[in-house]
Amino acid sequence: MSEQVSGAATLPAETVAELQELMGRYPQARSALLPMLHLVQSVQGSVTTEGIETCAALLGLSAAEVSGVATFYTMYKRRPMGDHHVGVCTNTLCAVMGGDAIFERLKDHLEVGNDETTADGKVTLEHIECNAACDFAPVLTVNWEFFDQQTPESAVELVDRLRSGDTVTATRGATITSWREAERVLAGFEDGRVDEGPAAAGPSLAGLEIAAERGWKAPDVDQADSKDNEVPTESAEAGAAEADTARAESETVAEESDADVKGGGSDD
Amino acid sequence: MTDTLTPVLSRNWGDDRAWTREAYEAQGGYDALRKAVTLTPDEIVTLVKDSGLRGRGGAGFPTGMKWGFIPQDPETEAGRKPKYLVVNADESEPGTCKDIPLMMASPHTLVEGVIIAAMAIRAEKAFIYVRGEVLHVVRRLRAAAREAAEAGYLGTDVLGSGRTVDLVIHAGAGAYICGEETALLDSLEGRRGQPRLRPPFPAVEGLYASPTVINNVESIASVPSIVSGGIEWFGSMGTEKSKGYTLYSLSGHVARPGQYEAPLGITLRELLELGGGMREGSRLKFWTPGGSSTPLLTAEHLDVPLDYEGVGAAGSMLGTKALQVFDQTTSVVRCVLRWTEFYKHESCGKCTPCREGTWWLVQVLQRIDAGQGREGDIELLLDLCDNILGRSFCALGDGATSPITSAIQYFRDEFEAGMLAPSRELYPPEASMLQRPEVAR
Ligand SMILES: Cc1cc2nc3c(=O)[nH]c(=O)nc-3n(C[C@H](O)[C@H](O)[C@H](O)COP(=O)(O)O)c2cc1C
Ligand code: SF4
Ligand code: FES
Repeated sequence: MSEQVSGAATLPAETVAELQELMGRYPQARSALLPMLHLVQSVQGSVTTEGIETCAALLGLSAAEVSGVATFYTMYKRRPMGDHHVGVCTNTLCAVMGGDAIFERLKDHLEVGNDETTADGKVTLEHIECNAACDFAPVLTVNWEFFDQQTPESAVELVDRLRSGDTVTATRGATITSWREAERVLAGFEDGRVDEGPAAAGPSLAGLEIAAERGWKAPDVDQADSKDNEVPTESAEAGAAEADTARAESETVAEESDADVKGGGSDD
Repeated sequence: MTDTLTPVLSRNWGDDRAWTREAYEAQGGYDALRKAVTLTPDEIVTLVKDSGLRGRGGAGFPTGMKWGFIPQDPETEAGRKPKYLVVNADESEPGTCKDIPLMMASPHTLVEGVIIAAMAIRAEKAFIYVRGEVLHVVRRLRAAAREAAEAGYLGTDVLGSGRTVDLVIHAGAGAYICGEETALLDSLEGRRGQPRLRPPFPAVEGLYASPTVINNVESIASVPSIVSGGIEWFGSMGTEKSKGYTLYSLSGHVARPGQYEAPLGITLRELLELGGGMREGSRLKFWTPGGSSTPLLTAEHLDVPLDYEGVGAAGSMLGTKALQVFDQTTSVVRCVLRWTEFYKHESCGKCTPCREGTWWLVQVLQRIDAGQGREGDIELLLDLCDNILGRSFCALGDGATSPITSAIQYFRDEFEAGMLAPSRELYPPEASMLQRPEVAR
């Protein structure tokens, strides 16, 4: 039966215990809120009202506060999800390389729109933003595992296999389980699949392979010379400035270069 | 002269089970940590300062200098507070794809860097904030942290040194803005990820209002090599002001997309030549040097040294070294619209210039893309950008203007053509695809 957490509607006792375990990992319990919401999704299939109330009660927040956090992040879903989440990268690079065509084909084939679930409840389709795999474009994800260098045809085949319950393996990752099981790992619990899949593949190794062919490598570390000489004397202190970098992103254009390299360059 | 490519971070990515502690140790992993525990925190900070390492997350801020800002004087209130190290593993800037393969293949490189960096700033607690949409990377990081703790590299007595370093792997939940360091801190505190007003700066009041260092994955992962190799070794690669090696990520219409680790200062021409140039039938039209927030460059910039100064002098930014390469089949209007839709979607809504401005930009770009641009639309775009750049609360808004203003600068005629014809007629999208139907046929 459900354990009551200060009066609110709640989740199963074992889930509450796991939520508390997540809270215990941080100096301040509220830091666990994002992981807790991942766990709620894995247990309930979406961020439910009970889930929000349970998190709120555990953290001493209002349900509105927790809800305000949940709605900010695209990975949290308020509607029930399909067994599998299929993401199609339609950010510019992937879109141009075929992501747009893949997304159109899948919408057609699955008869759903963006962020909708197939009638059989198997697949929720969503277009996603750049997933840091542009050198493998166009990219798909299934439950946030990579499927690299896809075509409309390979994408259709992939979703058909997911819907028929075939075993599917990521191109760089593990065997596909389910969206809910993936959410549990994201929340903070290992699932024993870490050793599946390669370390790296294809484009990740492009430079390394070319270097190997040509006998190129980083300079040798000269063991004899480098033992202690690299612990130098105090270098120039920066002024009162602070390590603010966010703003610098835009300001780097022309001016970043001189003043801010004081810390480096004093060696020779 | 150093070699053209200098794999350091990527050196072990092809190794069998490279992600395990066993494999990492077999090629010298954690030797840098063994050395670091014999140094004082200040010695490590000075070492990294003098190496010239600059942040690899986009802005190029000197890493050791950032560490030096952490107040350590126990006589002051700030100096007495706990310190935190937060690794920015949110990698979401369009085009950027270096940290994810690094953490997938060799998470221990990052973990070793985390331990050394935490000791340097006297932090006993460190966090890796990794974007949530990369399940297998999260697995590999969690396992690496567990293995490092089992080996006594993490925990209450790091390698018997008496120092404590704990590491939490924290998965985000989908929001580009959480890569902005102060938004990341709010997110890590369990809030909506919105940027904070500065000052106070994170170095003084960061996570839980305590002194905090936030560094990119690649910055922190570079630290073990500097501890092992020394500053002269590190400085033997790269240029005077942009020292060391770095990961360049090549994507798009190139023969061989992928990760290329080279000394700072290599050019796009050199990188392309290594992998066989553009793909068959392609000519370079435009490219981003460091993600979508860095102004576009063109074929005339092929010989720009890809270091902080070189790209800056060319009117753009080195950014994340995300080289997205587009050929003559690609509509620049279509690309700019898509990036702008991204910024609009990811705008956190906190400030008006960005929230409203990106919305208007999308409206105007959509009609140009559809061939229904109006007289004066180009000026309207430039005017809107003018009202966003420098007036937004954080760099997301500024970044949103980069593709637009640079595209108009180099390809104004294409925007003018958008008054008459849709981009998909001028540049049929099929021709740009990885698998081109014409070629297949
Ligand atoms: C909108 C936005 C998104 C950002 N995303 C990232 C990111 O995903 N990873 C990252 O390391 N830095 C990102 N940054 C830069 C960070 O604010 C910060 O400068 C960086 O993490 C500092 O690390 P570094 O000094 O090691 O480069 C982003 C900045 C902005 C404005
Ligand atoms: S510039 Fe955009 S992302 Fe940054 S604070 Fe303003 S609204 Fe938010
Ligand atoms: S644009 Fe699709 S992964 Fe980067």
